[in-house]
Amino acid sequence: MIAHSVFFYIFSLIAIVSAVMVTVSKNTVHSVFFLILDFISISCLFIMIGAEFLGMIMLIVYVGAVAVLFLFVVMMLNVAEQKGQWFSSRWDGGTHIPVGLLVSLIIFFELIIVIGGWKYKPDLLNSLSINISNEVTNTRSIGNVLYTDYILLFQISGMILLVAMIGAIVLTYRERAGVKRQSYIKQISRERDEGVDLVEAKRNKGVKIDA
Amino acid sequence: MDSYFSILFSEVYKIIFLLVPVLVSVAMIVWLDRRVWAFVQKRRGPNVVGPFGLFQSLADALKYIFKEIIIPASSNKLVFVLAPVVTMTLALISWAVIPFGEDFVLADINVGILYLFAVSSLGVYGIIMGGWASNSKYPFLGAIRSAAQMVSYEVSIGVIIINVLLCVGSLNLSDIVMAQQNLWFVIPLFPMFVIFFISALAETNRPPFDLPEAEAELVAGYQTEYSGMMYAMFWLGEYANILLMCAMGSVLFLGGWLSPIDVFPFNAVPGPFWLIFKILFLFILFALVKATVPRYRYDQLMKLGWKIFLPFSLFYVVLTSSFLLYFDLLPGK
Repeated sequence: MIAHSVFFYIFSLIAIVSAVMVTVSKNTVHSVFFLILDFISISCLFIMIGAEFLGMIMLIVYVGAVAVLFLFVVMMLNVAEQKGQWFSSRWDGGTHIPVGLLVSLIIFFELIIVIGGWKYKPDLLNSLSINISNEVTNTRSIGNVLYTDYILLFQISGMILLVAMIGAIVLTYRERAGVKRQSYIKQISRERDEGVDLVEAKRNKGVKIDA
Repeated sequence: MDSYFSILFSEVYKIIFLLVPVLVSVAMIVWLDRRVWAFVQKRRGPNVVGPFGLFQSLADALKYIFKEIIIPASSNKLVFVLAPVVTMTLALISWAVIPFGEDFVLADINVGILYLFAVSSLGVYGIIMGGWASNSKYPFLGAIRSAAQMVSYEVSIGVIIINVLLCVGSLNLSDIVMAQQNLWFVIPLFPMFVIFFISALAETNRPPFDLPEAEAELVAGYQTEYSGMMYAMFWLGEYANILLMCAMGSVLFLGGWLSPIDVFPFNAVPGPFWLIFKILFLFILFALVKATVPRYRYDQLMKLGWKIFLPFSLFYVVLTSSFLLYFDLLPGK
């Protein structure tokens, strides 16, 4: 058990320190790297409490896909805005401070509500009716709950994500003129008649090519 | 505390006995790759150092060790040094879950296939970090290309894995192998095997999808600024990843450690040999593809990933699940 708690403290220390470093570090790309470290240590904590499926999904979805896109966008923005000084960031005069304060206040009160509720009614978080047994792997038990009791919520969230995805595509789509697209079917199905035109060329006159 | 340390030491000893053969075989596989490549092009390939040139990779490694490591002045030094370390580490830790035989696996975890998938999707970070920290145009372009490419092809690999899992009913790699006792999945899921193979080529940045390091456009992509042992680590990590993808392919589709037919001379051969044989078979296919196919254009690569592989493998998920449901073959009931 000692080893277990030692590892727990190591991972939670890494998680907290890197979460602080995400906000503190001046370089945005470093922030994203710390965010990745944070995700990884959180997934280690998930695995330590026996929620191995959640831990792996956390790694695949957040670290493997979401954070890559974050990094992608941040790196691209850096190139566009600060040519030649990729590794420094600038102070924007503090115009974002009120908004940031508002958001963090809301999160703070939400945390107070959750922690307070937990303090005064300890069975609040344990009032779930899901039976957790050690015989069934947690992949199977999550599946059993997700596709039976919560199937409606599951499908609704899927629909919302689909709508969001299509919306993002529609909003950013713009049709560009003069783009040559390659069509394999067109290329393959070209016949000799359309591609080649046999012309009787006269000496010293040449051939006039139209179009 | 005592028992904890005894467990720790026995595990460390197992890990060393797994990692040393993997590292040696990575060196050997580089030699094999060059030999196959040379064979297709009617050359001899490396044949000077040792018998058949077998020690060529060791000689190369020695050369890399004695070369100077150059860290560019304008680079982000910590990230620059970390990038090859990340690549190498991620390439090696995934071997923990590969089953070499019945009860012959370092960590027989319940979510083995998810672990493999997660680690292979982390592999992109070594490349992005290296490309970004070099603070130079070619490495950066290579890193951007590779990020987009690897994320795209992971999607289709994920869907292909779902196809296999539908037939198994478990995420454990040993269970996946045992489910293929009667029929290897390469037969009912043959189209998925082909797509998996091509996606694995793209995922490991192998030709014809080696756009992140396309030498004609990007010098050497994300590796441009690296030298000496750091370059060699990128290189070893890349080959370890290729071997891992071959191992994943043989576990998912070619029946892992199982012998092709369950009769005497074949099933007497120990399981690990069959797995190694299958990995080598897939690797030689990788090498032949490298030698024969010209490089893709970037838009063709993206089109292949998103518009052909993804819809087709999704369609195959529907097909597989409806087939299993209709004939009442769903596992785990």
